[in-house]
Amino acid sequence: MLRGFLLIFTLAAIAIVAMAGFRGQHSPRPPWELMPDMVRQPKVRAQAPLGFFADGRGPRLPIDGTEPVGYDIPKPQQNAPPEISPSGAPPGEESAHAPLGFSVGTDYYNTGKMGANWGTGIPVAVTAQLMARGQQRFIINCSVCHGLTAAGNGMAKQFGLATVISLQDERIRKMADGEIFNTITHGKNTMMSYGGNVPVADRWAIITYIRALQRSQNASVNDVPPDQRAKLDQPEPAKK
Amino acid sequence: MANFFPRWSNWLPLKLAVAGFLIVCGLTAGTWYYVTPKYTKVGYEPIQPVPFPHDVHVNQLGMDCRYCHSFVETAAHSNVPNTQTCMACHQQVQKDNPKLEPVRASWKTGQPVEWVWIHRLPDYVFYNHAAHVNRGISCAVCHGQVNHMPAMYDAKPMSMAWCLECHRHPENFLRPEDQITNMDWKPEDVNPAAFVAKYGEPKGVKEDWSKKKHLTQQEIGQTLKERWNIHPSETCQVCHR
Ligand code: HEC
Ligand code: HEC
Ligand code: HEC
Ligand code: HEC
Ligand code: HEC
Ligand code: HEC
Repeated sequence: MLRGFLLIFTLAAIAIVAMAGFRGQHSPRPPWELMPDMVRQPKVRAQAPLGFFADGRGPRLPIDGTEPVGYDIPKPQQNAPPEISPSGAPPGEESAHAPLGFSVGTDYYNTGKMGANWGTGIPVAVTAQLMARGQQRFIINCSVCHGLTAAGNGMAKQFGLATVISLQDERIRKMADGEIFNTITHGKNTMMSYGGNVPVADRWAIITYIRALQRSQNASVNDVPPDQRAKLDQPEPAKK
Repeated sequence: MANFFPRWSNWLPLKLAVAGFLIVCGLTAGTWYYVTPKYTKVGYEPIQPVPFPHDVHVNQLGMDCRYCHSFVETAAHSNVPNTQTCMACHQQVQKDNPKLEPVRASWKTGQPVEWVWIHRLPDYVFYNHAAHVNRGISCAVCHGQVNHMPAMYDAKPMSMAWCLECHRHPENFLRPEDQITNMDWKPEDVNPAAFVAKYGEPKGVKEDWSKKKHLTQQEIGQTLKERWNIHPSETCQVCHR
């Protein structure tokens, strides 16, 4: 009798393991919610669907003819070490511009235009921190296509995005900052817009960095400070 | 008097005890093993409308997570990218690939691609991405080696015990702030001299860590924890508002 029980017990155990599998096995079965009391509540979460509206979207699209009022980018932490203060502005320093994430104003800072023409110049204080931020954001948002030195040789180009151009071109080097700002905000020809991904402050940081990249690739001896020039002629130190 | 109970029944209590013991053990083991998020959540890999390969985009193309999940540093919710983000490349790259048909359809109609939400905490938990990724916690700690995933799945249990395990000892997971989206980071990658020059050393450490060959995760974590003043909360209302 015990033998019978043991047989059934073992078979049952095997059957359960065979059906339920092991921990960590990949499966398309939704997670089992043991006590679903308040696990799913009738509220809208970010990017979640909602049956209430005809189009089934939870987050609503802007109504035609309206402008978003803006979006506050969180301020840098007070008294935090510099390396962990997010956003372009130096920690603790108030920016001259409203901390809106996306272009809503009509001034140069928000549109890149001065009057009817593209303006030029960086409308925020150019600091080492802005440059570092620009480098980081350029690598994240632009380098897949335009390449790390903006030479137009990013990975996407090598995989078939044929129309990517080099930002080291004479034309782009002479282009007004405001026009580049507009290209980021609204896109241009086959480049789609990054206005929805890159906040205004970061767009100016990226332009600052692109200008630095352009100078780095087109530098002459005259760009080297006179007291450093002698070093250029010295042989490279032997590698260890 | 004849034997009222047959002889075999002498063993019955023992047999029943053994059977009962086995049943209790079996149920306990089964519950312990199966009725836990380590089983119910880990490995959840739904069938997505587009079989989006993270490994191709992250490893092969070298894309940063923040190209697509662009608000992970500023928002509680880490956004799944919109259709335009894909079309920026896929208007030309692989433009006839049938796998990308839902993306192209979405581009034409304006209806979003209906990605299945994988990591989804109960609605009574208020998780915040910005609070973690700006404080030295990498995506890889919570989402696993995304850069080796041909299809996204849930790699961690995401249970309350799991959250608290780290909130009690964040030094086991902290890393330099510029390595957050580097899925392959290891403590050995850190150059001790450069690390100590930038972040200093925790108070009360006599030894000069910059002379060490490698720093351990604990040493790195302890330094960053003190420098950034990191004290994750264990109070209920931080996560359950
Ligand atoms: C998905 C790939 C892709 C990404 C990412 C990308 N670009 Fe482009 N970019 C292009 C392509 C393609 C063109 C060529 C557009 C054309 O002329 O058809 C272009 C052109 C440009 C131009 C020249 C526009 C002109 O007037 O001709 C500028 C400036 C530029 N990009 C800046 C940027 C900046 C800054 C970023 C980062 C925020 C960026 N791009 C990210 C693909 C990309
Ligand atoms: C090319 C754009 C792109 C890049 C780059 C990218 N992702 Fe994703 N990610 C997506 C898309 C699209 C989805 C939704 C489809 C899916 O779940 O597979 C997604 C889903 C996810 C999810 C699951 C979301 C859920 O439903 O719970 C996680 C976690 C994630 N990504 C993490 C990362 C990390 C970490 C990186 C950087 C190593 C990264 N992603 C880079 C596009 C991207
Ligand atoms: C920076 C450019 C870029 C972006 C942005 C991008 N992809 Fe890709 N994707 C590629 C490239 C390049 C390949 C092809 C790699 C290869 O040929 O091996 C690819 C391959 C794919 C494949 C695999 C096709 C196959 O046959 O295996 C899918 C699916 C895909 N992408 C979906 C997406 C989705 C969905 C998005 C938006 C979240 C997206 N991609 C965003 C560049 C991009
Ligand atoms: C401390 C752990 C942790 C870290 C670090 C983390 N995530 Fe998450 N992630 C989660 C949890 C928990 C959820 C489920 C959130 C929810 O349901 O509210 C999630 C959800 C997501 C989602 C689905 C959308 C959402 O917000 O629900 C995406 C996409 C995602 N994470 C991407 C990322 C990326 C990219 C990074 C790195 C920059 C990252 N995560 C870092 C824990 C983490
Ligand atoms: C790998 C480590 C780690 C994991 C896992 C983790 N956290 Fe955290 N959490 C932190 C750190 C570090 C902080 C920042 C503490 C600080 O700023 O002092 C934090 C902060 C938070 C905050 C903000 C607290 C505040 O003071 O505003 C919330 C909310 C939170 N975590 C929720 C969660 C939830 C929910 C989970 C589980 C899904 C989770 N965390 C998992 C490390 C972690
Ligand atoms: C670090 C964030 C965090 C903190 C702090 C926290 N919780 Fe939780 N709690 C969670 C998460 C995440 C879940 C969901 C677990 C799951 O889905 O498996 C949860 C689930 C729960 C549940 C439901 C469990 C179930 O399986 O039904 C209860 C009850 C709960 N928490 C009580 C508390 C109490 C009481 C405290 C304070 C002592 C607390 N929590 C503090 C993150 C937290």
